Amino acid sequence: MVNLNPLNLISGSFRHGVHPQHLKVQTQDLPIQRVPFGSNYVMPLGQHIGVPCKPIVKKGQRVRRGEEIASASGFVSIALHSPVTGVVKEIGEFRTFDGNFSQAIEIEADAFSTQEPNIGPAIDWESMNIEQFIQAVQGAGIVGMGGAAFPAHVKFSIPEGQQIRYLLINGAECEPYLTNDHRLMLERPDALLKGAEIVRQKLGAEETVIGVELNKPEAIEALQARIQPGDPVRVVSLEAKYPQGAEKMIIKTVFGREVPAGQLPRDVEVNVNNVSTVVAIADYFDHGMPLIERIVTVSGPGVSYPANLIVPLGTPVREVLKFCGGLKDETMEVIMGGPMMGRPIASLDAPVVKGCSGILAFTEGQTLKRKEFPCIRCGRCVEACPYFLNPARFARLSRARMFGEMKGYFVFDCVECGCCAFACPSSIPIVQLIRTGKDQLRNTQASEK
Amino acid sequence: MKQRDPELLLQHAPFLRQGMTTPTAMGDVLIALTPATLAGLWYFGISAVLVIGASIAGAVLTEISFSGTERRGESLLDGSGLLTGLLLGLTLPPGLPMWMAFLGGVIALGLGKVIWGGLGNNLFNPALVGRAFLLATFPIAMTTWTTPDEAFWTFRATNFDIPFTYTEIDGLTAATPLGLMKFDQQATPLSNLFMGSTSGSLGETSGLLLILGGIYLYFRRDLDWRIPVSILLTVLVFSAILGLFDSERFPAPLFSVFSGGLLLGAIYMATDPVTSPTTPVGTWIFGIGIGLLIVLIRVFGGMPEGVMYAILLMNAATPLIDRFTQPRVFGHLRGDND
Repeated sequence: MVNLNPLNLISGSFRHGVHPQHLKVQTQDLPIQRVPFGSNYVMPLGQHIGVPCKPIVKKGQRVRRGEEIASASGFVSIALHSPVTGVVKEIGEFRTFDGNFSQAIEIEADAFSTQEPNIGPAIDWESMNIEQFIQAVQGAGIVGMGGAAFPAHVKFSIPEGQQIRYLLINGAECEPYLTNDHRLMLERPDALLKGAEIVRQKLGAEETVIGVELNKPEAIEALQARIQPGDPVRVVSLEAKYPQGAEKMIIKTVFGREVPAGQLPRDVEVNVNNVSTVVAIADYFDHGMPLIERIVTVSGPGVSYPANLIVPLGTPVREVLKFCGGLKDETMEVIMGGPMMGRPIASLDAPVVKGCSGILAFTEGQTLKRKEFPCIRCGRCVEACPYFLNPARFARLSRARMFGEMKGYFVFDCVECGCCAFACPSSIPIVQLIRTGKDQLRNTQASEK
Repeated sequence: MKQRDPELLLQHAPFLRQGMTTPTAMGDVLIALTPATLAGLWYFGISAVLVIGASIAGAVLTEISFSGTERRGESLLDGSGLLTGLLLGLTLPPGLPMWMAFLGGVIALGLGKVIWGGLGNNLFNPALVGRAFLLATFPIAMTTWTTPDEAFWTFRATNFDIPFTYTEIDGLTAATPLGLMKFDQQATPLSNLFMGSTSGSLGETSGLLLILGGIYLYFRRDLDWRIPVSILLTVLVFSAILGLFDSERFPAPLFSVFSGGLLLGAIYMATDPVTSPTTPVGTWIFGIGIGLLIVLIRVFGGMPEGVMYAILLMNAATPLIDRFTQPRVFGHLRGDND
C-alpha cells in the first residue's frame, strides 16, 4: 500500500505549512542534565488521553522509585509509577498546569532517594508475543511523548487483517525552541535504535524509517553512524517546515501518501512513534524503568539559563525553572509544550506531566498583544493550512455562530496546528474560534443523544 | 487575563506570529505607489497634488464620519481609506475639478466600502466604484486629458471650478495613447509609454515605475503574483491572436499592455485581496477573465479604456469563483466538498 520511494522526498514534503523561525540555538548545543530531587511530587491520575488510572496505594504507604502507584483502568489507560522513593502523603485534588483541579497522588521524597537509572533487571522482550508486549508497554505507563500523551500501546494493537509495513520514527521536532528530541537523538542513538528495533519486531514491520528535519544535521549523522549495512533501518532527512512532525504530514512527506480522513496511519500500513517514545520503551525493557521522567527543554527569552533537562515527573514547574536560574522579571507568560501548539501554564506550582516536552517563558516583546483587524481575505491562512481547509471561513462562521456549516466544511479534520493564526496578518484568533465551533458541535451532538 | 503569583498571561496558541500585519501590508502598497505618484506630480505638476489630495480627503473624511467612535481610530490606523483615495486619485485626469475628485472619494468609500460593512466585506474595489461613478456622471471632464508638458506651477483652471460647475476647455487637450489608437489608428512609441511622457490619468503614465512597485510588493509578499501575471499574459496572447486577423485595426500586444490603466489596474487594483479570490486556481481564472474582458472592451467597446469595467465585472464573479475552486481537503476525495 505504501512505498518508500526516494522520489517522495525529492518532490518535497507535504504541501502548505509555515516556516517559523527555528529559535533552537539557545539550547541545541546544551547536553541533557538531570534535575535533582526536591521535596514533594504530585502525580495527576489523568496525565494521558483516555481514562484516568486508579490509585493502588494508601496514604502513608512507603513507595520505591519506579513502583506502580496507580493501575490502568481500561484499555485506553495506562499505569502510573512513583518517580521517587518516599511516602504517599496525600491522595486528593491538586492543581494542574491549566488551572483546574485533578485527582492526584502526592509523594514526599525520601531525603536519601537517588536517581538510579537501573530500576530492575532487563526484561526478555524477544520471547513475548504481541499481547504480552502491549500489556508490558501499558504497564510501563508509556505514552506518545510528542506532546499529545496518547497511550503508546493502543497504537500497537493492530486489528486482525491489517499489517504494518513501515515503522516511522518521528524525529522531526518541528516546533520552534524545542530541542529535547534533538539532544536525545544525539546523546542516546543506541537506545533509540534499540527501542525502534523492539517495536519493529513486535509489529512485524519490514523496515524502520527515522525522519529527522534538516536543521538537525548532527542528529542525522549520529544515527547514521550507528546503522550497520543490512540493518532494516534508514534515516531520511526532511525539510524543516511546520508541522512536519504531525503524524499525517510526516507520512505524506516520507511515503507520499495521504492518510484518508477519519482513518489511522495503520490503515496505510504505517506506525508512527516519537523518538522519545521508543527510547522510553528501550529503557523499560533494558533497565526496567517505567515512564517516571522525561526530557524537557526549558527555554525562551524569559528563562535565565536555558537547558535540556531530565525532569522527574511530578516536579513542580517552579522547581524546574528555579534550576534554570528562575524567571526574568519581565516574564509575562509561561507555556507548556512548543510555541505553536503548547498551552499556557496558569500555576507554576503545577507538576510536570508526561506530555510536557518544553517549558517556555516569554517576555513582553514575544507575548502577543497584537491588535486585531478585520479579515481582508488575503488567503494567507488558506495557503498555510496543511489540511487544505479554509480557516478564514471557519473563523467567520464561528463568529456568526453558524456551527453546523462549519461541520460541513470538515472542521473536525482540523488538528489545530496553528499555521493559520501564525500566518494571519490581521491577528484573528482563528484557532480559538475553530475550537469554539468544535466544542459547540460536540455539545449539541451530546445533548441530541 | 492575569493570574497572581506571578502575573501570568493566559493566551491561546500559537504564541508566535509572522511579522506582517494588515496595516503594514497597506503601508507597503502606499510605499510601492510612491514612485508612480511622484512621476505623476513630475509630469502634471501642481494639478496632480490637487486632484489626488481632493480624492484622498473625500475618502478619508467619509471613512471617519461613517465609523463608530470606537472603530474610528482603528479604521484610520489600517490605512485602507487612504489607499483607496490614492488609488482613485491616480486614475483621474489631471485637469479634473477638485470637487469632482472629492465627490469621487466620498462615493468610493461610501458606496464602495462603508455600506458593505467596512474593510474586508466589500464586493467591488472601492476605488473603481468611485471612478465608475465619476465616469458615468461627468463623462466629459473624465475624458478630457491635458498634456503632461506644462510647467510644474501652472494651475489648470478647471481644477478650481466651484462645485456643480464645469468649464469646458478648448486648447491644451490631448488624446491618450489608447484614444489615438482607437479613433485615429495611431500608435504611440513604446518608450514613451514605458517612461510615462504621455497624456493620461495621473498614475497610469509610467509603466516602469508601476512595475517596480509591483516587484517591491512581490518581495514583501503582499501581492498575489498570479493575478498581474495572468492578466498581462492573457492580454498579450489575446492581442496577438487578434493581430493575426488584422494587424492594422487591432493594437499590438506590447502596446496593449503598456497603455492605459492596465498596469495600474493589474498590479494594484485587481490584486486587492478583499475583492479577489483566495484560492490559487481562482486567482488564475480571475486574472484570465480580466485580461479577456480588457481586450474585448477596448477593441469592441465605445470607449478606449476597459480596465475598470473588466475588474469590476470579475469582482462580481469572485464569490462564485471562490466557491467552485476550493481545494480538495487533505485525506478526502475530490468531490467530497460539495
